Amino acid sequence: MKWLRGLVLPVLLLATWELLTRYHLVNVRLLVEPGRVVATFLRELREGELLSQLGASLARDLGGATLGSAAGILVGTAMGTSRFYDRLLGSSFHAAKQVAIFAWIPLMSVWLGTGEPAKVVFIALSAFYPVVLNTFEGIRSVGSQYVEVARVFRFTRLQVFRRVILPGAAPSILAGIQVALVYSWLATIGAEYLLAAGPGIGNLMIDGRESFQMDKVLVGVVLVGAVGASISALASAIGAWQLRWRVTSA
Amino acid sequence: MATPGIIEIIDVKKQYTVDGENLQVLGGLNLSIQPGEFLSVVGVSGCGKSTLLRLLIGLDADYEGEIRVGGALVRGTSLERGIVFQDHRLFPWLTVRENVGLGLTNSSWSDAEKQKAVQEHIELVGLAGFEGAYPHQLSGGMAQRAAIARGLVNRPSILLLDEPFGALDALTRSNLQQELQRIWQTEKISMVLVTHDVDEAVILGDRVVVLHARPGRIERVVEIDVPHPRDRDNPQLKRLADEVREAIVGPHN
Repeated sequence: MKWLRGLVLPVLLLATWELLTRYHLVNVRLLVEPGRVVATFLRELREGELLSQLGASLARDLGGATLGSAAGILVGTAMGTSRFYDRLLGSSFHAAKQVAIFAWIPLMSVWLGTGEPAKVVFIALSAFYPVVLNTFEGIRSVGSQYVEVARVFRFTRLQVFRRVILPGAAPSILAGIQVALVYSWLATIGAEYLLAAGPGIGNLMIDGRESFQMDKVLVGVVLVGAVGASISALASAIGAWQLRWRVTSA
Repeated sequence: MATPGIIEIIDVKKQYTVDGENLQVLGGLNLSIQPGEFLSVVGVSGCGKSTLLRLLIGLDADYEGEIRVGGALVRGTSLERGIVFQDHRLFPWLTVRENVGLGLTNSSWSDAEKQKAVQEHIELVGLAGFEGAYPHQLSGGMAQRAAIARGLVNRPSILLLDEPFGALDALTRSNLQQELQRIWQTEKISMVLVTHDVDEAVILGDRVVVLHARPGRIERVVEIDVPHPRDRDNPQLKRLADEVREAIVGPHN
């Protein structure tokens, strides 16, 4: 019954929202009644292209996140296993990391334009950083005591990498991917906002704002939150299953 | 099956440079270990006993002198020489069965033979029923048993043990000493045990080598001429333990 406790706050918020709008305690042109938001949602679902817009956003998110994570794992592994690559890439990498992700937009829109490629690259960038950092840290932190055991059993270098380093670094890498999934969903909406128009939830919200249809905007907000929460939950579940060998207490 | 050979340590010296100064960890060690023998090595901290094991296992090649097994020079690690560390070093992401099987990764045996060997050794160390457990689910004593099984599974001709029970409580330690004695009698391979526990050294070893520190040299070798299995309360063992203690405290220290 503990999960009921988790519902108290959302229910209270929903009730407050309903009360505020029903008794016109706020300007209902700005804060639309929950009932109307639901009606708009259902209407958009039926006649509008809500599903295809959601699909477009998710596809962009998936593409960018996969690209960024894969690149992150490659670069993180190179830096973590080879002193050469660490020295080569390390300082430029750490310097670039300081640049806030949205600051890349002007540069990218000049280099890549504002269409789909630019959006996907932007999303990939947001996924890239957490994955590289966590992969690098994870690989570095695999204890030399395990590598010594592998040496006693005459493991080849490839065996040491596949059977000792990778499994040892896996918790860190997975944590990086979980963060990357959260960041990339945020970056997806950001990209839709800041770059050119195209199918997606971000565009639904822009349309709503420009034609002053706040119900549309609110539908977008709720959807963005719901998808974000689902992605996080999925990522956590995958992480928990993969790492069932771990002691969960610190 | 491994063919046992004599292990010869010939005039082995090792030094570390710390802050510009030379620390002579081992200063000319000479020792022979007979096939099937149980050798205990004791000494105060810093006498080089753990260093000696690292040289024997082949993890460290930076020393002067020679180490030979069956006449051949030791170069690097080998499946003929196994080791149990003080921290069990079981891979946390593998089950007990998978951990024990690690020793057979690069052996040429068939899968059926490997499975049989793994199961036999899990039973030998008394862990039957825990094959599917992960290391974090095991107590310290159980984890060390698994580490011993892992060290023995590919039938090396010698097993080195570096203070294997040092991190365990007294009761578990006492229990595992009996177990190790039983395992050694069953497997009949050479074992070299490094320990700071004199009673442990005496109840298990055929000979006890006392090392003294800086530089590490053999102070004395005490023969334990008591038949196995040995009883902790044997007065002869108590006398020999006192003899070993005297040698540790001894004239040079």
